[in-house]
Amino acid sequence: MNDSPTTTERVSFRFSHRQSIGLVFLCTLFGVVAQFLIKTSANSLTVITLETLLTNWALWLGLAMYGISTGLLILALRDGELSLLYPVISLTYVWVTILSVLVFHESINVFKLTGITVICLGVALLGKGDSRS
Amino acid sequence: MKTPLSSILLVLLASFIGSFGAVFLKAGAGRLHREWQSVLLNWRLGAGVGLYLGSFVFYYLGVRQGELSVLYPMVSLGYIWTLLWSRLFFGEPVSGRKVAGLALIIGGILILNLGNR
Repeated sequence: MNDSPTTTERVSFRFSHRQSIGLVFLCTLFGVVAQFLIKTSANSLTVITLETLLTNWALWLGLAMYGISTGLLILALRDGELSLLYPVISLTYVWVTILSVLVFHESINVFKLTGITVICLGVALLGKGDSRS
Repeated sequence: MKTPLSSILLVLLASFIGSFGAVFLKAGAGRLHREWQSVLLNWRLGAGVGLYLGSFVFYYLGVRQGELSVLYPMVSLGYIWTLLWSRLFFGEPVSGRKVAGLALIIGGILILNLGNR
């Protein structure tokens, strides 16, 4: 395909800020489903052989969810401001913590909660440091 | 200690390998042309995807033992490597805010580790 003016018209579909944030939010939900499947699969895998890996549907489904989550993130990052999107990305840490407690019955304590909160703040600040305003 | 050190080290290693995946994806993305074939012929993109898959193998081995609430947030160390490589390989500026963000992430990981009992 050559660089005729008509080809540029259909290339430029852009998401609005609101849509980009929605995409990242969706990305965090796929992300936590992926973590659930991957952890479940890793827990159940007592011996690692080619056969146990290939027949491990939770692993492959988890990888697929991981892929979808990454794809949504790339789409959102293309158009959205990093400073708006990074705080939303760190929601994954919140979902994974809830998942760990409710589904995997892990203990929660003040150190874990503080550590995760501080990490979320750090990730949000990283995005802010990149704002192009 | 509920989450063994070996699991923590495996996950941190995964974050390190994954950060190189981002470097190769970025380098590859900068060399893309309009033709779709340029995606397939781009070895940098391939290397980036390969490094991400390699990183996943170590993450997977890491989460076989231990708690997800400790291990998953440790992946955030990858942001530190990524910032380092973007400065080194792409000459991107490092603002005071980014350094503050990094300090918070490292601090958060250390605090989180205190809760691993």
